[in-house]
Amino acid sequence: MSDLAVPAAIPAARAPARRLAASALAPRVVLGLYILFLLTPIYWLVNMSLKTNLEISTGMTLWPQNPTLENYRRIFTDASWYSGYINSLTFVLLNSAISLAVALPAAYAFSRYRFLGDKHLFFWLLSNRMAPPAVFALPFFQLYSAVGLFDTPWAVALAHCVFNIPLAVWILEGFMSGVPREIDETAAIDGWSFPAFFVRIFMPLVAGGIGVAAFFCFMFSWVELLLARTLTTVDAKPIVATMTRTVSAAGMDWGLLAAAGTLTIIPGAIVIWFVRNHIARGFALGRV
Amino acid sequence: MAKPRDDRAWLLVLPVLALVAFSALIPVMTVVNYSVQDTFGNNQFFWNGTAWFKELLDPSTDLGGRFFDALWRTLLFSGLCLLIEIPLGIAVALCLPRKGWGVAASLVTLALPLLIPWNVVGTIWQVFARGDIGLLGAAVNGLGIDYNYARDPLAAWITVVAMDVWHWTSLVVLLCYAGLRAIPDAYYQAAKVDGAGAWAVFRAIQLPKMQRVLTIAVLLRFMDSFMIYTEPFVVTGGGPGNATTFLSIDLVKIALGQFDLGKAAAMSIVYNLIILTVCWVFYATTTRGQSEASR
Repeated sequence: MSDLAVPAAIPAARAPARRLAASALAPRVVLGLYILFLLTPIYWLVNMSLKTNLEISTGMTLWPQNPTLENYRRIFTDASWYSGYINSLTFVLLNSAISLAVALPAAYAFSRYRFLGDKHLFFWLLSNRMAPPAVFALPFFQLYSAVGLFDTPWAVALAHCVFNIPLAVWILEGFMSGVPREIDETAAIDGWSFPAFFVRIFMPLVAGGIGVAAFFCFMFSWVELLLARTLTTVDAKPIVATMTRTVSAAGMDWGLLAAAGTLTIIPGAIVIWFVRNHIARGFALGRV
Repeated sequence: MAKPRDDRAWLLVLPVLALVAFSALIPVMTVVNYSVQDTFGNNQFFWNGTAWFKELLDPSTDLGGRFFDALWRTLLFSGLCLLIEIPLGIAVALCLPRKGWGVAASLVTLALPLLIPWNVVGTIWQVFARGDIGLLGAAVNGLGIDYNYARDPLAAWITVVAMDVWHWTSLVVLLCYAGLRAIPDAYYQAAKVDGAGAWAVFRAIQLPKMQRVLTIAVLLRFMDSFMIYTEPFVVTGGGPGNATTFLSIDLVKIALGQFDLGKAAAMSIVYNLIILTVCWVFYATTTRGQSEASR
């Protein structure tokens, strides 16, 4: 019986093997095409940033014929350009620090305790993440003018807290709920005070979550334009606003614009490299 | 194990509350305040009741017609984005390698568009899709198709939707990938024993296991596409005509362009309430599903 079955099984086994080879190739093709779709527009930007305006306007070339760093040199030597990057980084870092500092204890409270109105509070927080920045633009302008913070990095950092704090609380709560509560109880029995326990034991346990939350604060503060532009005029003008204003004022300097755009991609690429191992779970907001 | 009840936990939430109240509650009250008043300038306001809201919600008035046009456009845009991005995101996530050096490399590449400032995303596509200096625009024109996003509403829509797909599909991919990674190998082995094909594995194992992350993905994508402002503003400026004037763009025009405080405030509140309602329904249904599942 088994002698008969074996030869019959061999051709049957071979067919799936061939199908397996085809099905192993298909995902790579799909992934390759998708990555090509992602990278082509970015390549085009980098390509343009290395060209002179003459080359850009006179013809279509797939790569720069006379590569030049002139556009980058202008950005790094002109204070009105490079101060934009410094301003942007200043309010992004301020915002990340503030958001994390207040979100950590709050996320702990939400993940460990039930308290009066906790569910409503949580949803109210999230609802701020959902409010369109366009709704806040005008009142923010008036509020920060009234308290004298207009055109400072603080105005933008505080304004971005509206959507970054809820997000940080949401992410951290997800990661903290993954830490067993027995650890808190054991530490309390061992005589750790709450602040000492929180900083020296608990925070290292959710370090991945803190990294991911910091990453998201950085990301959403770095990419936002509307509020950053509305709340600044001269002194604290972020790079994203510098780009839009220069374009409308001086006509289209495509090479310079492309170079400035390319430079804004770099901080994100660096930050993402640091959290690459947590990134998949992080984008699921710690809820997988 | 149920969480213990302790109202002292409020102390830990207090800093968040103070900060968000300062940054959100005061502005929201300002908006509410404006929405029921009218002004003749000079900082003199007088009570206007619900007149702005009545005008806004009546499609036969100027403001109302404008509002509903922008609302339908925004809903159509969100719908198109979700329809393309969710299936495409799932498909790409299924194609990602599960181990090896390719994982980190793919993830970092995929996440790259998410970290580009939104107006730079707009700039990239503005340049990329132009007929004279852009690769895409020139290629499509080279095929003999007349494609000009600054003149043709359909081309403008295709450009804006393609840009959003380019920008945000990776978010769906990363979420789905996180969900897929959480599936234990035993499930796949069991499926193999049963002789299940790829489609059966997807329907019976992968899709149900991705339900939570897909919920988050749909929620985030709906919210963010419904309040999109910067990218279409940079590429099309809301044009040609009003073809790509979404709610945010219209709102900023009224508030900061025309400084029509009452109208803008009423519009802000209705706009905000729409998003809030959709998200609340979504949040309530998904959290209810979760607590039933964990029981």
